[in-house]
Amino acid sequence: MDLSASFVVDRAGLDRLLGALAARGYRTIGPVVRDGAVVQRQVSSTGDLPQGWHDEQAPGHYRLHQDDDPSLFAWAVGPASPKSEFYPARSLVWRATSNGDVVTLEQPREDSTPVALIGARPCELAGMRVLDRVFAGGEVPDPLYRDRRATSFVVVAECGTPAGTCFCTSMGTGPGVADGVEAGYDLALTELTSSEGAQYLVRVGSERGAEVVEEMGGSPAQSADFAARVAVLEEAARRIDRKLDAGNVAQLLAGNLGHPRWDDVARRCLACGNCTLVCPTCFCGGVSDTTAVDGTVERHRQWNSCFDLAHSLVHTGPVRATTWSRYRQWLTHKLSTWHDQFGTSGCVGCGRCITWCPVGIDITVEVAAIAASDGAVPVRIESGGDRS
Amino acid sequence: MTENIGELVAEHPLFSGLPVDVAELVGGCSQNVAIATGQLLLEEGEPARSLFLLRRGHVALEVHEPGRVPLVIDRIGPGQAVGWSWMFPPYRWHFDARALEPVGAISVDAECLRSKAEADPAFGYLLMKRLAAVMLDRLQATRIRLLDVYGRDVAH
Amino acid sequence: MCTDAMLLTEVEPRLNPLTPATYRIVARRVETGDVVTLSLEPTSGPSPFSFRPGQFNMLTSFGVGEVAISISSAPGAPGPVEHTVRDVGAVTHSLCSAEIGSIVGVRGPFGTDWGVDGLDDKDVVIVAGGIGLAPLRGAISYLVDKPGRTGRVYVLVGAREPDQITFPDDLKRWERDGAVVKVTVDVPDVRWWGAIGVVTTLLHTVDFDPARTVSLVCGPEIMMRFTVRGLVDLGVPLRAIRVSLERNMQCGIGWCGHCQLGPLLICRDGPVFDYSEALEKLISERER
Repeated sequence: MDLSASFVVDRAGLDRLLGALAARGYRTIGPVVRDGAVVQRQVSSTGDLPQGWHDEQAPGHYRLHQDDDPSLFAWAVGPASPKSEFYPARSLVWRATSNGDVVTLEQPREDSTPVALIGARPCELAGMRVLDRVFAGGEVPDPLYRDRRATSFVVVAECGTPAGTCFCTSMGTGPGVADGVEAGYDLALTELTSSEGAQYLVRVGSERGAEVVEEMGGSPAQSADFAARVAVLEEAARRIDRKLDAGNVAQLLAGNLGHPRWDDVARRCLACGNCTLVCPTCFCGGVSDTTAVDGTVERHRQWNSCFDLAHSLVHTGPVRATTWSRYRQWLTHKLSTWHDQFGTSGCVGCGRCITWCPVGIDITVEVAAIAASDGAVPVRIESGGDRS
Repeated sequence: MTENIGELVAEHPLFSGLPVDVAELVGGCSQNVAIATGQLLLEEGEPARSLFLLRRGHVALEVHEPGRVPLVIDRIGPGQAVGWSWMFPPYRWHFDARALEPVGAISVDAECLRSKAEADPAFGYLLMKRLAAVMLDRLQATRIRLLDVYGRDVAH
Repeated sequence: MCTDAMLLTEVEPRLNPLTPATYRIVARRVETGDVVTLSLEPTSGPSPFSFRPGQFNMLTSFGVGEVAISISSAPGAPGPVEHTVRDVGAVTHSLCSAEIGSIVGVRGPFGTDWGVDGLDDKDVVIVAGGIGLAPLRGAISYLVDKPGRTGRVYVLVGAREPDQITFPDDLKRWERDGAVVKVTVDVPDVRWWGAIGVVTTLLHTVDFDPARTVSLVCGPEIMMRFTVRGLVDLGVPLRAIRVSLERNMQCGIGWCGHCQLGPLLICRDGPVFDYSEALEKLISERER
């Protein structure tokens, strides 16, 4: 199988792809428009996908509108990320029943249906790879996460229309994905829309992808198609005006834990945790044990947020009792200490935290403000003072 | 308008009643300072570089511990002094001291004060007597507090 | 929410690292008013894990929750594995009140250890505040009992009041077996003839060689910060000091993100840490 071969297909080819995935037993998850947002749901045909939909994103602002554009992927990202396919928001870990003094533990039988993602963004692929290090790269890998990821089929859709809050270019995670098996996808699509409609340049990133692509039909890609792809990506990159200095931010934040900007952002932050819900890499989760009236005990694992007051609870109380502490923890973890803990940044530049913050806090603006007065600390002891 | 800092030192109870030249000596190491509410005059672990003579506002001597609001050891107010760790090596603060309201104080540079005391033993002795009296007073008060006399029944 | 329709299968701990093994409480000893030592044995088979002093297990009180508890017996000591629990919340209360014969869950051991193996020629100065003696107990026994050690063992213990001194029999035993043992309390009673004052006051009452000393420190963070300062003032290098830190711990395996302390995950990089300026900076960072 020639992994370097690329093809061009039309929308029918995509439908054949979806059919091929279904025939192989995948549960295919893709973008659909529901309740005014692009969300991730099970899809079976391109008719389910957001044709003609476009998103408008800004701090604390998200709107969709539709026109007669034949494009399926002319929007950036919705609030949800593929995170919940591999790390569910809540899951049963085990159930214990006791009979006298014998305790029997059972676990849910695993749903082994593999997941296929259609239309995952390059930033979302990057997010998955960040989580891979957390859940599958440590001393104790999460077997369920690892297996779901290993059996997943990922079809990336490169970004042609980034939104106002995107900054993937700063984080090195988009708007396109590189060639080759290291990139981590099975197939990569680039939507090329012209007056004749929408076509898709398909690149192969794995053996599994090469095997499926044969059923899509399509013609070999020509140099004009590659040139069109480059033009799409260059235009997309040009449109992104949000920037974050990724090379410097880890050190910048580590050296500015006392910066007055933290007080400033804490006055605005509601500690609602929206950012942690929509973020593709936030992974904090806890366990909770419950008892039913018949004595059956269940342990669940569920997403937590570091904005929860209880997140840092020790027996005397929370270590981070104020929004000031919790916002600082979130941002320094995401952009700085994540490097120490897992060897990468925790941020993929998707902009969701900016869009979905009810008060429109923009982490790129916060970082720039700290950088602009690097080393600033509140004045503690001032010379002078009145003589009264 | 510069009011003589030596006069301000002489007004402070720690130095009141001492000869004028003593107040001037201390004034030579001093400057007027202001600390905003919530800021730390002393930070545990940091180099101890001054003696603070409080003139206005109260300061809480505290210790931080994760999971707890800062534990208040003492509250110090106008006419009292804050900071002793400058007296002996390794010259590092043992506690935090936080301004509970806007604080006006005289900050006496510790190195300056120590070197003047070394150079002039008579001055040094006067200074130590004043400081020791305050420290003894605090120690007695702290010892009584440790007994928790209002607390649980004392079985013995 | 589990419904009858959900299919369940026997748990495979290897595939489900949040699953505890079942252990039985075979003995329980009240140390002080709110501190209990539980002796645990597996419900079936020999104890499957080996541990090093300083490590901890996640103990499950079924239906209440799970909590990180230091292993307080020495590795290789005969008999059940001991865990010393202080009653400070729902789970620890449940463990402290559990009757002999009750079943609990055990996952572990996790974390870094005190590193007692390489200390044969060192003076080991152990400073424990309050319940901090529990994570050190196994290390002390190991050091005191280890043949061929040329360095001395010093055990300096601080407690709030005399009836809050934990493991008094062990303290006597260690002293009999060659350790220098000193205990101080903050608040004495009339029967108390020992030292009074915080544990740092004991440091200059013992004669150790700071150049060949390793110090193991455990207790409330305030106490550890002051003890480190006291040791450094006596000439012990920072890197010869080890502390045991604690934060909210929910999984013990690096998944849940709760035990973060800046760049560190306490379950993975700790709980025992070599002291350093970087660590000092981290524990001095004041949260609000």
